[in-house]
Amino acid sequence: MIPAAFDYHKATSVAEAVGLLKEHGMDAKILAGGHSLIPAMKLRLNQPELLIDISGIADLKGIKDEGRKLVIGAACTHGAIASSAEVNKDAPILAITAKTIGDIQIRNKGTIGGSIAHADPAADWPAALIAADATIEVLGGGGSRTIAATDFFTGIYDTALEEDEVIIAIHVPKVSSTFTSAYAKFFQPASRFAIVGCAVVMEMKDNYCVSARVAFTGVSDMAFFDEKVSSALAGKSLNDETIAAAAAQAAQGVDTLGDHFASEEYREHLAKVYAERAIREAIA
Amino acid sequence: MTKMIGKSVKRVEDKRFITGKGQYTDDIILPNMTYAQFVRSPYAHAKVLGVDTSEALAHPGVVAVYTGADFAEINGVPCGWQVDFKNGDTMKEPKHPLIVVDKARHAGDAVAIVIAESREAARDAADLVDVDYEELEAVVDPKKAAEEGAPLVHDDVPNNICFDWELGNPKEEVDAAIAAASHVTTLEFANQRVAPNAIEPRSYIGDYDSTNDKYTLYTSTQNPHLIRLLMCAFVLGIPEHKVRIVSKDVGGGFGSKIFHYTEEALVTYISKQLGRPVKWTAERSEAFLTDAHGRDHVSKAEMGFDAEGKITGLRIKTYASMGGYLSTFAPAVPTYLHGTLLQGVYTTPKIHIDVVATFTHTSAVDAYRGAGRPEATYLLERLMDTAALEMEMDPAELRFKNFIPAFNGIDEPGYATNVALQYDSGNYAPVLERALEMTGYKDFRKEQAEARANGKLLGIGFSTYIEACGIAPSAVVGALGARAGLFEVSQVRVHPTGKVSVFTGAHSHGQGHETTFAQVVADKFGIPMEDVDIVHGDSDTVAFGMGTYGSRSLAVGGSALVKSIEKIIDKGTKIAAHKLEAAEEDLEFAEGKWTVKGTDKSIGFADISLTAYVPHDYPAGLEPGLDFSSFYDPANFTYPFGAHIAIVEVDKDTGKVSLKRFIAVDDVGNVINPMIVDGQIHGGVVQGIGQALLEHAFYDEDGQLVTGSYMDYAMPRADDVPMIETDRTTTPCPHNPLGVKGAGEAGAIGSTPAVVNAVMDALAPYGIKNLSMPLTSESVWRAMKG
Ligand SMILES: Cc1cc2nc3c(=O)[nH]c(=O)nc-3n(C[C@H](O)[C@H](O)[C@H](O)COP(=O)(O)OP(=O)(O)OC[C@H]3O[C@@H](n4cnc5c(N)ncnc54)[C@H](O)[C@@H]3O)c2cc1C
Repeated sequence: MIPAAFDYHKATSVAEAVGLLKEHGMDAKILAGGHSLIPAMKLRLNQPELLIDISGIADLKGIKDEGRKLVIGAACTHGAIASSAEVNKDAPILAITAKTIGDIQIRNKGTIGGSIAHADPAADWPAALIAADATIEVLGGGGSRTIAATDFFTGIYDTALEEDEVIIAIHVPKVSSTFTSAYAKFFQPASRFAIVGCAVVMEMKDNYCVSARVAFTGVSDMAFFDEKVSSALAGKSLNDETIAAAAAQAAQGVDTLGDHFASEEYREHLAKVYAERAIREAIA
Repeated sequence: MTKMIGKSVKRVEDKRFITGKGQYTDDIILPNMTYAQFVRSPYAHAKVLGVDTSEALAHPGVVAVYTGADFAEINGVPCGWQVDFKNGDTMKEPKHPLIVVDKARHAGDAVAIVIAESREAARDAADLVDVDYEELEAVVDPKKAAEEGAPLVHDDVPNNICFDWELGNPKEEVDAAIAAASHVTTLEFANQRVAPNAIEPRSYIGDYDSTNDKYTLYTSTQNPHLIRLLMCAFVLGIPEHKVRIVSKDVGGGFGSKIFHYTEEALVTYISKQLGRPVKWTAERSEAFLTDAHGRDHVSKAEMGFDAEGKITGLRIKTYASMGGYLSTFAPAVPTYLHGTLLQGVYTTPKIHIDVVATFTHTSAVDAYRGAGRPEATYLLERLMDTAALEMEMDPAELRFKNFIPAFNGIDEPGYATNVALQYDSGNYAPVLERALEMTGYKDFRKEQAEARANGKLLGIGFSTYIEACGIAPSAVVGALGARAGLFEVSQVRVHPTGKVSVFTGAHSHGQGHETTFAQVVADKFGIPMEDVDIVHGDSDTVAFGMGTYGSRSLAVGGSALVKSIEKIIDKGTKIAAHKLEAAEEDLEFAEGKWTVKGTDKSIGFADISLTAYVPHDYPAGLEPGLDFSSFYDPANFTYPFGAHIAIVEVDKDTGKVSLKRFIAVDDVGNVINPMIVDGQIHGGVVQGIGQALLEHAFYDEDGQLVTGSYMDYAMPRADDVPMIETDRTTTPCPHNPLGVKGAGEAGAIGSTPAVVNAVMDALAPYGIKNLSMPLTSESVWRAMKG
């Protein structure tokens, strides 16, 4: 488990990191928590010549309340997000999801920016960010832009990020107490990533679902917003029947993954089961 | 002095382990050391048409690159156990070369070895070795391997059959018993292949000293002296006295570090070629591909019963994989460690087993925690619970009906089985009674009925196992094909100040011998435990030894230890008699001193020790010193047994199995350190649960190991396992001085079928009787779906 030789640079500012990325192009990689990149390098699946470490850049680590939204620095760890009072109050789906990622060591090192940049199809964050209707702020040679979470994930380990772009922050709309959230995850027994992860954020008036955002990870090449389930919930009084009817629509029309642990058929089934579990948990 | 035997003394070795001060092989850095990296075949079966090492050799820091051709004249690593075909022919024993020459026979087979100044340079250069392969078809299933037309692993082994073998009553008698049975339960299943997963990957350093013409091999082995013997006498042809083997701290083995591996011989040999130490430490992915795996049987099992539920016959046919090459003890595992256990704890009058061992394009298969006994127990215990279900009998009742009656092995010779063994002592009903009591069995059945009524799938599973430990009487295993004796050796050295060093041929790689053995010594001599040091794992300090596996350390090594202790006490008595001016018969030794019976005249252990080394006033004709060695060859195996009960719940929607409770009542004979025994049981049970529900070294049809990393190989984690509820009964072993039987493997042997039986019980409403391990969520879900 020895990576190929590489140079290491500890960046002190975002501008410096972006500059280095631009200068070295394909040969450089951002290093955040290292919990996806380093294993890949040790297996020599990835052999960058330069690592630009962003974990020391203070600007990337805060969680800021900007009134209608929370702005979470890309280098915030899963653990910091899970235990943040602001996140637990104003964007609880993120805190709930963070707690299911890996174990304590992983959560103390791995970052939200690293996870979404890596875009593992079985990672947990993507479902939560889509359900939360988050946007991703990036900075690159071409300047700064924001990308909706729904548009960010484009394939297995593939995102809308340009080669010289760095993720700066995740902008998450704050939700009021009329909202309810849940993340239901069927763990892959070895890696404990998600075989199916379903994130649900709903605005409720008693039993009545005003609006719903349901998103899946693990089911296919990339996390996705489940339009059908979401609209089947919105405008309905939630009861056994309406919940089951909504869940039955889960993951329709997507190309389902199949692997050693879960065939396509089983994943499709699990998507329905976990949609139902997430919805029920959200209103429990 | 308080008695130490029977006390849960905290493990003395843990201080260095917990503080990171253990000395594992990879911690050792020698001056001028080089590092080895293997180039391994990515294919399961491929001709090696050419190996171009020029680019690798030119890489900075590379010292040498060797290919198979460089070792063509050297023997391969040997097999230590010979099993003959039914017709008397010797098993097929193709060469297991240090590096392949003609073709690769499993994914991970070594094709070249790169030696460099650093690990990094070696690793980089390995990528530059250009191997020209011609990929061939592979076979990975032990049964399919024997089919006509299957790809051959070794061209000179027809149908890939290494040997066929049978044991038990005459086949016709067993066929007749099963034909006449009023009920026959039949199961066909695989006992899937699992990877051993010791936390410390294998690591070796070869170090040749030209001035003394002496080799040192630092190795993460379970049995240093055996490695020396095999490597010197069978592979490299170097004189045994010129080789020192050091294996101080070893991070787990579970069997996988018993065997003599090619890499051990390679680093030793190359270190002489280069005149520099050579270190190799397996990467985790290499460990998955090259450590000997466990299990991998495909079996058909049939058990006949009379109308009352008494077993009338048992017939087994097993295909057992040997992998690509024969590992050190591979042939023994599906035969003498498996077939011989099929009597179980039952009075089955007729038993026959037929085994076909085949080569497949996979990593070698050899002993893994339990080695053959878990496979046998799995057959028996799955049959018992399935039969109970089919005959609508209670599975506990069915067992009580069939148990061998109690025997202590003192008043009678023990119990002779139909499969070549003589059980030492046993009392099988009480362990199950106790386990039922701890479970609250009657209440559980009520709870289960209610759960079922509410649509919940709750199940209970049983396993009443027996196993054979303390391997073994040398003459017996010799007759069965072992190419080694299986005694054990101890040396007890009392220093002039009365402090004690023990040199044992047993080897601790997590078992806690430094504590358990010291407890025995402290008690027998009546001295504090702090005055005793246990030394193992160095062939230059330990006279000889057969190492640790098969739960033999205390039963065999501990017995050898007691023999030396007794010799010390005998000699001490002679010295004490002289000093106290009394007859030897008038002395008694207790609490660390010799006392003239009925008086207060006494002399202490330390005084006698000093006298032995300063023999001014000393018995005439008696040698000075207080230092004895002993070899102990056991009279029989030992036979621990127990009852394990699992309670599971199956998620109806997903098929996911949750283990709710696990109850283990084991009888391992006398217990020296209850905490350590509990720890062994816990660890074993969790390993067995792992096999039942999670673990699978799964090769696809092309021979690629799909589960070759922890991303895919599912190990049990703390939250997969409930608190394990343990208790014990004690039936001492009648034939060894400590009355101990062994506890290292019991947990792994008993637990697996209990868990699977529990899942089958939970799924009974669906009419599901048989699923292959591991019981993954998807496989259970599919079965429920029908
Ligand atoms: C044992 C283990 C268990 C795990 N379990 C889970 C789990 O259950 N669920 C789960 O979702 N994940 C899991 N993970 C993955 C973990 O969450 C990782 O931390 C995460 O995927 C990557 O984050 P990182 O900060 O470690 O990124 P790194 O490994 O440092 O980087 C990952 C990739 O993202 C790029 N990158 C990093 N930061 C930025 C940025 N700001 N802008 C642009 N590119 C960037 C890097 O260049 C690299 O390509 C697990 C990991 C391990 C080792």
